[in-house]
Amino acid sequence: MIARTIAACLFAAAVIVAAYLALVRQPTIDPITAPEHASFDPALVRHGEKLAALGNCNVCHTAPAGKIFAGGRALITPFGAVYSTNITPDPETGIGAWSETAFRRAMREGVDRAGRQLYPAFPYDHFTLLTDEDDKALYAYLMTREPVRTVTPANDLAFPYNMRLLLAGWQLLFLQRGPYHRDPGQSEQWNRGAYLVEGLAHCSACHTPRNALGAEKTGERFAGGESEGWTAYALNARSPAPVPWDADSLYDYLRNGWQAAHGVARGPMAAVMDNLGSTDDADLRAIATYMAGILGEPTPQRRRQGDAALAKARDADRTSTTGSIDTMGQGPTVPGNDNELGAKLYGSACAGCHESGRPLPFGGLHLALSTPIEGPNARNIINVVLAGIPAAPGGEPSPVMPGFAGAFSDQQLSALLAYLRARFSDKPQWTDIAKEVRDARTGARPVISYPSHGIGAAPADVSERMSPW
Amino acid sequence: MRKNYIVLSRRRVLAGTGALVVNFCSMPRLLAQEGQQSQAAGRQLPGSLKAAPFLDSWIRIGADGRITVFTGKVELGQGIKTALLQIAADELDVPFASLNLVTADTARTANEGFTSGSRSVQDSGTAIRHAAAQVRALLKAEAARRLASAPESLQTENGAVVADDGRRLSYGELVSEEMLHARAKPTSALKDPAALKVIGAAVERVDIPAKVTGGAAYVHDLRFPGMLHARVVRPPSYGAQLRSLDTGGVERMPGVIKVIRNGNFLAVVGEREYQCVKAMRALAAAAHWEENAQLPRQHELASLLLRLPSHDTAIFDQRGPGQAAHKTFAATYTRPYLAHGSIGPSCAAARFEDDALTVWSHSQGVYPDRQAIAQLLGLPPEGVRCIHVEGSGCYGHNGADDAAADAALIAREVPGRTVRVQWMREQEHAWEPYGPAMVTKVAASLDGSGKVLDWDYAVWSNSHGERPGGAGALIAGRSIAQPFPTPAPRANPQPEGGGVRNAIAIYKFPSARVVHHFLPDMPVRVSALRSLGAYMNVFSIESFMDELAQAAGRDPVEFRLDHLEDERAKAVVKTAAERFGWSQQHLARGHGRGFAFARYKNLAAYCAVAIESEVTPETGRARAVRAVAAVDAGQVVNPDGLVNQIEGGIIQSISWTLYEQVSFDAQRITSIDWSTYPILRFNAVPDSVEVHVLNRPGQPFLGAGEAAQGPAAAALANAIAHASGARLRDLPLTRERIKAAIAV
Amino acid sequence: MVKLTVNGRQHELTADPDTPLLYVLRDELALNGAKFGCGLGQCGACTVMVDGKAVLSCITPILLLEGRQVTTVEGLGTHDNPGPMQRAFIAEQAAQCGYCIAGMMMRAQALLQNNPRVSDADIRAALQPNLCRCGTHMRILRAVRRAARLMQTADADSAGNSQ
Repeated sequence: MIARTIAACLFAAAVIVAAYLALVRQPTIDPITAPEHASFDPALVRHGEKLAALGNCNVCHTAPAGKIFAGGRALITPFGAVYSTNITPDPETGIGAWSETAFRRAMREGVDRAGRQLYPAFPYDHFTLLTDEDDKALYAYLMTREPVRTVTPANDLAFPYNMRLLLAGWQLLFLQRGPYHRDPGQSEQWNRGAYLVEGLAHCSACHTPRNALGAEKTGERFAGGESEGWTAYALNARSPAPVPWDADSLYDYLRNGWQAAHGVARGPMAAVMDNLGSTDDADLRAIATYMAGILGEPTPQRRRQGDAALAKARDADRTSTTGSIDTMGQGPTVPGNDNELGAKLYGSACAGCHESGRPLPFGGLHLALSTPIEGPNARNIINVVLAGIPAAPGGEPSPVMPGFAGAFSDQQLSALLAYLRARFSDKPQWTDIAKEVRDARTGARPVISYPSHGIGAAPADVSERMSPW
Repeated sequence: MRKNYIVLSRRRVLAGTGALVVNFCSMPRLLAQEGQQSQAAGRQLPGSLKAAPFLDSWIRIGADGRITVFTGKVELGQGIKTALLQIAADELDVPFASLNLVTADTARTANEGFTSGSRSVQDSGTAIRHAAAQVRALLKAEAARRLASAPESLQTENGAVVADDGRRLSYGELVSEEMLHARAKPTSALKDPAALKVIGAAVERVDIPAKVTGGAAYVHDLRFPGMLHARVVRPPSYGAQLRSLDTGGVERMPGVIKVIRNGNFLAVVGEREYQCVKAMRALAAAAHWEENAQLPRQHELASLLLRLPSHDTAIFDQRGPGQAAHKTFAATYTRPYLAHGSIGPSCAAARFEDDALTVWSHSQGVYPDRQAIAQLLGLPPEGVRCIHVEGSGCYGHNGADDAAADAALIAREVPGRTVRVQWMREQEHAWEPYGPAMVTKVAASLDGSGKVLDWDYAVWSNSHGERPGGAGALIAGRSIAQPFPTPAPRANPQPEGGGVRNAIAIYKFPSARVVHHFLPDMPVRVSALRSLGAYMNVFSIESFMDELAQAAGRDPVEFRLDHLEDERAKAVVKTAAERFGWSQQHLARGHGRGFAFARYKNLAAYCAVAIESEVTPETGRARAVRAVAAVDAGQVVNPDGLVNQIEGGIIQSISWTLYEQVSFDAQRITSIDWSTYPILRFNAVPDSVEVHVLNRPGQPFLGAGEAAQGPAAAALANAIAHASGARLRDLPLTRERIKAAIAV
Repeated sequence: MVKLTVNGRQHELTADPDTPLLYVLRDELALNGAKFGCGLGQCGACTVMVDGKAVLSCITPILLLEGRQVTTVEGLGTHDNPGPMQRAFIAEQAAQCGYCIAGMMMRAQALLQNNPRVSDADIRAALQPNLCRCGTHMRILRAVRRAARLMQTADADSAGNSQ
């Protein structure tokens, strides 16, 4: 009796496992010889280039100081490190032996040529939305890159996350296969924006919180997430930006890499902005329109708060270039808050640039307009204060902020952060400042430092100038 | 009406507005190896001895034997303090370490004009060399007299004259004031090149130890008892007028001693430096200006230059026999304004006491600056002493002279106190005179055998030399309540030239014509930047030679050799190519190689540069991977100093070429700091830079400090074209431009 | 009154607490090494070390530095007794105008003190905040590599001596 029950259970288990394996196992797609570059239509390749920029492919698939698209960059996840693959058309170490079908399957279904599931660190849960035509163009672009022979490091994942087969289960739960379907109730521009944002640009991959299995929480889309040690702020109604975003300001930001009422793109967004430099205006407008919808109409109260923040920033511009700082270099203290040290630090170390009245992008943002100060944690400010914003490495004009890692002690930095929050935000004080500072210093929270986005020519607009000296 | 004439040679003055003037200058004489233009008869003293013919203007010997060498040139970081002492040490036969050098000081040294044009070793070095040799001869003669020996039986060594029998008289014992106050002779018994021990030796630079151990080395390091600090407030744009100013708040700020206003000249003086900085900011905020400047549209700069009124001169015109052209090619090249971008913003100190003014400045020309400052203050020139103290690298006419004038004006307001004026970074960037924007057009035909048949070259440029001069050349001079008029711009005369420096290609063409379109209207403040027009002219000529070589199906190096006659030029070209490994074909994918050559001013040093570049087509990013150069500077004085200058010139030129352009809007300069005017950082530095020196013992010294700027630029452009197929003719060769020129 | 240790000596500074360290070093303590290049934290000519980390003294108010150890190039050795970094720069003749050099040396010193074995790429990356306008970069890199070797030899020597 018991033996038959055991046998039945074993049989059932075997059936389940067999069924699972049957579902999971994907066929290998035969290798091909990489087509000649000249066989690809140049217009298609150019289209693919634009798509690759939108998808930010080069950022993940290029190691620091490595060859472009040759992979080897570590993405630190809660499960360990995943290394990007070589997507140059090298036949042995890259995708040179991949047919277009194999490429499309990877994009649409998250499975490589050999039939193995891919880690969703490669955001195929977004790229699945791409149309066949766009996949074709991307394929043409990648297959016409310089083949680079390089073996990328193996992933460094703890058990059981290092078992790819389990990803089939993940895909079953969280992958909704594309391609994108138009919403007929929305405009063409909105649909284009939705297609780009939810597809290639994969914005919510950073800007949405993730569950314990590393998937985006469907109920909290664009409610804020993180990327490489940086907080990616909420882009829905919970956006902490003091001045609410709209389609126009979003477009400006995406086009230029900075926006007068919000600041300069830094951290991983700086790299995104570098890529968006080549994107068509129409596509950026579409993205901005779609995202404006996600952000939603600001309430009258938020609008008023935004106007007040702008007024504070403009006042500093109009009055003395010493701004709110007294002659002893101290900023105004916040009533009811005994943070004289923070006020002194702000006045002597920060206000020189951040209240100079020098306009963006090269002047420091007036902190009444700062999103991070309104944000859920102090991480991004800590990152920027410690490492600064390094100059763009390609020689383009770019905002430069020095780093203060050596200058500030942990205690001083904490005092400064508390002061900034108390002075420029009405929200409750952050409770975890000391820990966040410690984590950044020790590397417990690894932070990838990004150089500034290279901004084109300095603003030629006559109104965008600093106060005279 | 303003006189419109261009001096083409000392013998001809020609007049005519906009008329095309032809100059038949004598090429062989101009290319004379002496490195000096022959002057009228009677002025045959070598080098700067012409300007100061007495030996004791250059060499003084104390009774204790201490020897001081004087030069009217200044140390800019090019190592001449060391090189000049090497020259003196060898010709005087004294230990190098025993010498002292005094650099330009209007109270103590000869007037050698400006330290510029890579002439220091050529002019001052030559003078010192001859003066030292003649001093040694005089000392030997005196020793011969006292020892009753024949001068030929005497040797000099280690600062003494020694007889065959071992009797020894030190220079200190032999010397007298009258002895050295002797007029130099036109010729000297210079040491045989084979006997030189210090010239050409690897002598370490005398100034580096202080610089790496925190010794006082710069004008910025000057400290005087009771010294005051000062800051100027500059207007927001050229020609702005101060409409209102409320100084009350500023005067009450801690440490402020005085607020100075003289017309549009504004400054604040204080006890402590940082208090002064804060007071400056407050003063700037309290000032309200009416702005009048109208700057050109930045992206239309080239077409503007072509439309401005010009004085047109053919500086070279030589027609060969007519021949059928196989093919004709043409190209236009453009260059933006470039900033000196001195790392240390300009600084000066001044003290006004008993109607006399002393100024410490890093100006390249203390005598001319003294003249201008004297005029500014209404003092006689003798009432102003201008002493050179090193600044950071200036690379030409930067803010130094203006900072000196600022200090002078301020010092007069606080007599009896020494005042130190430090310019801010933004002020140095916005107010320095830039290297002018230029346009060049080249056209040439090839004959059936792939050689150049005829050559047509034209250059449009502002003046490259607006140094003081008069007080009107100074910012302070134009700012005060009774301003001095801005002097009319002038073109540097040939053969050195300003905008036309190196416009005449060194190659031998059967027919060639070179036209200078001098543009007197200067919408943006301009003056001399290292190599003047040579950077652009060599960039254009050498890029075009490459384009021609490609059209002729010839190797770029062989093509150049085919058109060169000067043997030293050919040697430099061959050396650079060989050391680079030019004939080896293998280059990694995305890499290219480029070559360029020029003889600076066609009469100074020869320099060839080969560069390997890497271009990433996906981003348009170009990098110089390695550079190999060869240089012939005649008799080499300090080999490492020479290598250092060429290395540095190559890297600086790479920065200019890939990144740099001054930016401005309709009214104001907007490139005011390193974020808005980025220059090369370590990530873009090549893997290696090699410099090979072809030493020519016995040959005259040839200036080399500016020889690499043009060749490096063209070599890089040629390498980028080779790597990517993108031929770019508009400087800078930005990432954006390269990307746009490449097929995906 | 802010108390500061500079090159091993304690000082009581009279400057206002918001004064950037650069002015205090140069004006109050008469130390020439750290230079004014921009005052904006963009060029690195003012680089010194604070507790062994590279710091831009032009944007560091002294109120941050109470009780901390500041090292300038003067603290690396003297004209008559130069330290390894200084000897390396002299040996490589790594200067043209020399204005940026003290800042470069301090940046390099902070790097090598914390990471004795550095690659060429590490050195280039570490020096990225420091500008040189004369183009002395190749020599600066050679000098830093040489200093690394000198410092390793010195360590080896002193390790031997202490036994």
